[in-house]
This record gives sequence, C-alpha cells and structure tokens, in this order.
Amino acid sequence: MTEPVFNTDKKALRLPTRGWRAYLQKTWPLHVLLLPAVLLALVYNYIPIMGIVIAFQDYKPWLGFGGSPWVGLDHFRYLFEYPDSMQIIRNTLIIAFAKIMTNMFVPVIFALLLNEIRIKWFKRTAQTLVYLPHFLSWVILGGIFVDILSIRGGIVNRFLGTLGIDPIAFLSNGDWFRFTVIVTDAWKDFGFSAIIFLAAIAGTNPSLYEAAEIDGANRWQQVLHVTLPAIAPIFIVVATLSLGRVLDAGFDQIFNLYNPLVYSKGDIIDTFVYRVGLLGSQYSFATAIGFFKSLIGFIMIVISYRLAYKWAGYRIF
Amino acid sequence: MRFYSKTYKTFQFFNYTCIALLSLACILPLIHILAVSFSSRDAATANIVNFIPIDFTTAAYKETLGNNNFIRALLIGVQRTVLGTVLSLIVTMMAAYSLSKEQHRFRGRNIYSWYFIIIMLFHGGLIPTYLVVSGTGLMDSIWALVIPSAVNVWNMILMLNFFRNLPQELEEAPLMDGAGHFRTLFSIFIPVSMPSVATIMLFTMVVHWNSWFDGILYMTKVEDYPLASFLHTIVVKENFSEVGVDLAALHQISNRTVKSSQIFIGALPILLVYPFLQKYFVKGIVLGSVKG
Repeated sequence: MTEPVFNTDKKALRLPTRGWRAYLQKTWPLHVLLLPAVLLALVYNYIPIMGIVIAFQDYKPWLGFGGSPWVGLDHFRYLFEYPDSMQIIRNTLIIAFAKIMTNMFVPVIFALLLNEIRIKWFKRTAQTLVYLPHFLSWVILGGIFVDILSIRGGIVNRFLGTLGIDPIAFLSNGDWFRFTVIVTDAWKDFGFSAIIFLAAIAGTNPSLYEAAEIDGANRWQQVLHVTLPAIAPIFIVVATLSLGRVLDAGFDQIFNLYNPLVYSKGDIIDTFVYRVGLLGSQYSFATAIGFFKSLIGFIMIVISYRLAYKWAGYRIF
Repeated sequence: MRFYSKTYKTFQFFNYTCIALLSLACILPLIHILAVSFSSRDAATANIVNFIPIDFTTAAYKETLGNNNFIRALLIGVQRTVLGTVLSLIVTMMAAYSLSKEQHRFRGRNIYSWYFIIIMLFHGGLIPTYLVVSGTGLMDSIWALVIPSAVNVWNMILMLNFFRNLPQELEEAPLMDGAGHFRTLFSIFIPVSMPSVATIMLFTMVVHWNSWFDGILYMTKVEDYPLASFLHTIVVKENFSEVGVDLAALHQISNRTVKSSQIFIGALPILLVYPFLQKYFVKGIVLGSVKG
C-alpha cells in the first residue's frame, strides 16, 4: 500500500527577502490583476478629479485643459452674483434638510413599531413590501407618481375628492412640489433605512428586557429605557453622517418629477448644473458650482465624522 | 399566556393597522399602474380604474411590444446590463483578489488600497467626467455606459473581505502545487465564493438596469438609449421632439394605458430579482454597517 503523496514543501509560498527582481518574479500576477482597475480608475476617476481645474479657467473644448485661459475665482464670484443662484441654494438647503430630518426619524419610528409586531408572517410580509420601493429607479417611480398625483383624475386626488378635499397640484405648485419631493423620498427609503435599526434592536441582549420586566417596567417603559438606548449609538452615526448631504437634494428624483412650473421652488444645484453646464455648454461655470457643492459636502462630512467619533465612538477607518 | 394591559392592546390594534397601511402604501402605486395597463383605454381615460383592471385587455402590452423604439431600447437595456455586470465583476474581482493578500505577502497592497479609497471619497463631478468620457471617444457607444462605472470600490471591499475570510489553505495548496495566481483566482477562489459573487452580481445588475442619466448624457440619439433613459424621455418627460414622431404616433405614445404598460415592463426585471435580493441584502447591510 502506497502512501498518498502530499506536497508539503512550502518553499513555493515563500517570498524572497531581498532583491526586487526576485520579488517581482513572484508577485507580478498580483500587479497584473490590479492593472485593469487601476487604469480605469486613473482615466475615469482621477482625470475627472484633476479636471476640476476648469472651474478656475475659461474652458474651451478646442483649447483643452492645458490651453484654456485662467480666470481665478471669477466663476465663483459669478455664482454669487447670478440672480437665481441664491434661490437655488436656498431650495437645495430646504429640500435636503427636510429630507435629512424625515429620513432620520421616520425609519426609527417604523423600526420601533415593527418591533412590536408579534405575528411572524405579518412582520415578514410588511418587510417585503416596504423594502421594495428602494430598488425601483426614480424613472419608474417618476412615471408612477406623475400619473397617480396628476391633478386631472390622478388616483390620489380622486381619493382626496371622496374625503371632500379639492384636487391638489402636487407637482405643479411650488410649495406642494417640495412637500411631494420630501414625502415620496421618505416613502421610497424609509423601509430600507429601517433595516439598520431593526438589526440594532435585534442585537439587544434579551436579558435586559427580562430584567426590566422583573423590575415592573411595562412595554412602553421597556422601549424607553432598553430599546432606545440600544439604538442610540447607531442613530447618532446615521444622523451625523447624513450631515454630509446638506447640499444633496436628490438629483434623480427631482429631475424626474420637476417641470418648468416649479423651477422657482424646486430647482436645485444639481439640476441647475445639468441645465446650465451641459445643455448651455457653460462647462467652467457649472464645474465651479459642482466643486462648490462637493467642497461644502466634504467639509460637512469631515465635521460629522469628528462629531460621530466624539459622540458615538464611531470610526470608519 | 402573557399579561398585556388594555392600553397595550389598544396600541397593538393601531400599530397593526398602521403597519398594514404603510405596507400597502408601498405597493398600491405599482398595483394601480398594473391595473391601468390592463384596462381598456376608455376606462383609463375616464379615470375610473383603481386597483383592479376594468374591461380587462392586453391591448396596451401588444402595442408596447409592437413598438420598435421600445423594443430597441429594451434590448439595449439588457445589453448594457449584461455587459456592464460582467465587465464590472471581472475587473472588481481581479483587483479584490490582489488586495486580499496581506501586506507582507504583497508589498504595495496598502498603496493600491488608498488609491481606490480616494476615488470613493472624491469625485470629479458631472462636467469633468462628461468631458473625459467624450474625450476618450466613448460618446454614442454602449461602452460609455459600462466602462466609466466598471470599477466599483464598494463591491471591491465586499469581495476583498470575502476572499480574506476563506481558509488560508485554499490559497496555499494550489500555489504549492504549481498553479499561479491567475489559476488560483479563476479555478478556486471564484467558484468557492459563488454565493457572494451572485449577491454582488444581482446588485450590480439592478444598478445597471436602473441607470438612466448616463444614457441621456452620453447618447446623442434617442435610438441609442437604454430602456431607463428611454422611459425617462418618453414616459416621464413626454419629450417627443427628439424622436421625431408624427402626430398619430404621438397620440399612441401618450395613451395612458400604454405608458403604464411601459413603466411596468421597466420595473418587471427588478420585481423578478427582488426575492433573491431580499434574501441577501439584510445580511449584507448588517455586515457592512455594524462592523464599521
């Protein structure tokens, strides 16, 4: 009977300790495997990042990044002098801030309510249904909402009609448009955002509830003194991280829902960049606005990471 | 039998009602669109359809599926989804394999890692990206929809963590037996990690199917639009100026039942993969976030 032969020579695994030539001989496949990703990132991520220089130039496509004349901060100055820009920044801030608030509290409340559901199939069905809208794009949802919110016989206005409410111009009145944008955004994502809180609740030590019950706490007091403290850290993390989105009012959604009737109340930085920059070919000006937006976003993210670390001990790196 | 106070029972009654209404609110808009799409045109125009089709007919679907513009967009949508997912997965998995090596086994790993983390944090923004895509000659070609988004750092991190948790022998054995890194990756690592590859694949497919803005940006002709961009232009914005249709065709497209059927067909692939997605995402999200 012959012993099966196993290769036990680990020499093949050892890396040379000196000499980059010998070292490269062993590891070149690893570099090659990274090559496509590195090249693609260089061309489609790094070059556009460097392309931000056109915000400080008067960019002309036929002159290129290198040849276009420098104009310093002119575009930024123009941004603040442009008649509409204050209104656009205000729209963006109002919509984004309202979204941050609703998207912070609605999922928590939903998670707390769902946690009280005891019937298994009921809970599972509810979860399946509320997570679904997250995966549908704003094109599909835009088509659906334009139809159901229509002022001429949309199903929502028909329903309100049976309650004796006059038809509401959800998508063609500026103030109602903001309201619609905030509510539909919450509708799309409240379920999905609740997952993280449901996970935190599920991870709570059950003996805490038992102890609270023995001490005579009723359900409400248990929620107040056990569940809420259990989800507080993750809530603080979510809340502080969302600060980075103060200038992010949701391009996909607004671009699919808005129309010229609501530009005054519904036009945001991103839609403005698209209309002025690409359709109007003012590349430098639009890049300057986009850069201004990312800069503010970046500063907010840095601040909020620090706050998240200070309040909740949360670090991503 | 546990004892519940009367207040709690009342609360539970309202709670169940509230959750049931919220859940219904998430699905009813879709059901309404579905009902309209299967209703007769007259019923839809008269605004009497709620959640059940009135005068059931499949005429709208026949019209939609007989519309060459729609079918072309649908096929381009499928094409970009398949192509984009395959390309993104290959590029991402190859990079993740190398990055999953420890620093002492692969010097330079940390430099590469930072290289990719930086692009997760900083973006050039709309205009510079657009200029680069057009500068590299991708305009009006399907590659403009798949190449610029091929490197997905988030997926790379997920894949990398998965590779890293595989038993070390799985990597050592083939190397010792003389297989190179390429073979180890393609014949051992990827087959072994099929479940997580499948998860990432599903999510990438959903993202590609849903992407509409890049189609509008990089395609100058509506004939080159993938379905999502097509739906945005024709159904949501009702912008026919670019399609150059005559009035009769316009009348046909603006028909509400046909529109509803187009929206529903656009959502259908997502609805079909949703059960599989749901199985994975709860786990994935919990892993990704709580670990943080």
